[in-house]
Amino acid sequence: MIRARGLVKAFDDFTAVDGIDVEVRPGEAFGFLGPNGAGKSSTMRMIGCVSPPTAGELTVLGMDPRTDGPRIRAGLGVVPQRDSLDEELTVEENIWVYGRYFGLPRRLVRERAAELLEFAQLTDRARSVVEPLSGGMKRRLTIARALVNSPRILLLDEPTTGLDPQARHVLWDRLFRLKREGVTLVLTTHYMDEAEQLCDRLVVMDHGRIVAEGSPSALIAQHSTREVLELRFDTADHAAHLGGVEGVADRVEVLPDRLLLYTPDGEAAQSELHRRGLEPLSALVRRSTLEDVFLHLTGRTLVD
Amino acid sequence: MAAPDQGRVAAAGRLARAVPIPAGAGMARMLVERNYRSFRRTWVIIASGFFEPVFFLFAMGVGIGSLVGDVETEGRLVPYVVFVAPALLAASAMNGAVFDSTTNVFFKLKYAKLYDSVLATPLGPRDVALGEIAWALLRGLVYSAAFLAVAALAGAVTSPLALLAVPAATLIGWAFASIGMAATTYMRTWADFDYVQLAILPMFLFSATFFPLETYPAALQGVVQATPLFHGVAMVRDLMLGQVGPDLLVHVAYLVVLGLVGTAWTARRIERLLLR
Repeated sequence: MIRARGLVKAFDDFTAVDGIDVEVRPGEAFGFLGPNGAGKSSTMRMIGCVSPPTAGELTVLGMDPRTDGPRIRAGLGVVPQRDSLDEELTVEENIWVYGRYFGLPRRLVRERAAELLEFAQLTDRARSVVEPLSGGMKRRLTIARALVNSPRILLLDEPTTGLDPQARHVLWDRLFRLKREGVTLVLTTHYMDEAEQLCDRLVVMDHGRIVAEGSPSALIAQHSTREVLELRFDTADHAAHLGGVEGVADRVEVLPDRLLLYTPDGEAAQSELHRRGLEPLSALVRRSTLEDVFLHLTGRTLVD
Repeated sequence: MAAPDQGRVAAAGRLARAVPIPAGAGMARMLVERNYRSFRRTWVIIASGFFEPVFFLFAMGVGIGSLVGDVETEGRLVPYVVFVAPALLAASAMNGAVFDSTTNVFFKLKYAKLYDSVLATPLGPRDVALGEIAWALLRGLVYSAAFLAVAALAGAVTSPLALLAVPAATLIGWAFASIGMAATTYMRTWADFDYVQLAILPMFLFSATFFPLETYPAALQGVVQATPLFHGVAMVRDLMLGQVGPDLLVHVAYLVVLGLVGTAWTARRIERLLLR
């Protein structure tokens, strides 16, 4: 569906995307995970044919964005990071008008709008103007609008940023349904839980490069241990406790507010610390996440 | 896909790269449709575009006109209202087009981010430029026709050629809407719109609108004749007085060139700003 080789996007003073290779297959949910400024949005804009690549190869739906932009865009649904709904129109008009931009006949657009409002759980707000809708409703409407042309690929840039936890879960549920219906999803996120929930496969991006690629579970298996023991001490500098935990875990990461001990068995590590007489303020055993993968690969956390 | 089709696509691709005209999908009308939908909700504000020139017609043409008496233009004596009505039609075509293509477009470009979502569809920057300019023209067309009807009732129409003043006013609208929209793409804040007023107001007052070109000092006549509104006023006046000569072609050519340059420039700028 999407294939990039050595893809580069450079602006006057910096390189946003620095030679990435990506392959997205039909029907999968593919993610770009990385912190703000990693080059995720620039990559999405190139795929969406609204930003010409500086160098490298890119094919979307088998076509070249440089020459077939309109034809590619006709097969894409785009959910931008910032809802760019038409505030001068009502909820249903937003879908009608957007469908017309794709050249769809008026009758078809009205039929689809009714279905899509149902899907977005906005049927009772159809005649409302856009402005008073909640953040979650606006995002669902943006997704409904992006589906009006029955796209083969849905591009979602930070789909749940700024939404409250409940609205996020409603949105994830809608995206799962789309995926089951066979829509290829391509999303960017800096939330590792979102990436784990939604993505079959993902690439981890940092400073415009891809630092790892695979399924969430494969990435965790490859770049982290099964479990993590999180320790908090009553100290200004957690690095001071590094000596005390030496040899307990495969690997230790120092964060400003805690130590992360990477080990296949968190409980065992915890009892070893107890035996040594170490008394942290708190100790928590959890499973490894993509956050740990990112930390290991880049030495930084995803959300600063 | 069949081989000849691929060849055509490749050729179209080469053409798209070679010609400096920004891409479009030939669907500018969809943006016009969108504007019509939004307009149905705000028509009251927009109706003011009709009343402004009508008020001017009665204040200047009929009111002041009764003090002024007859005016000589193109070697002919006509009542002042007959002299000034074509100028008001031309000036209102300019004002309406400029208003539509500057403040309205600026809001959509900077705040509503309308074109960002439009460009995610098959529509391209050329469609955006053509769509917005066409919309400004459609509205101008309605105003011009309504104004002409009122002017006829006020006795300011003397020739059947005056009917051609409506398309003529649309041409004026095109020239100003396209230049106005191109200028808007350079604006950073609302304060920049003062520059638009700075350009528009003197043109409105001094383009042989309210008094004939012959009353200007000889040195200034050249300056007046260089402004686009002068050509707009002269064109509409020729038509409404029924005195058509080769000059008309000069006026039309001037405004057509302005419209073409403005439209291409606008599409270019939209591409620069939004498709980086």
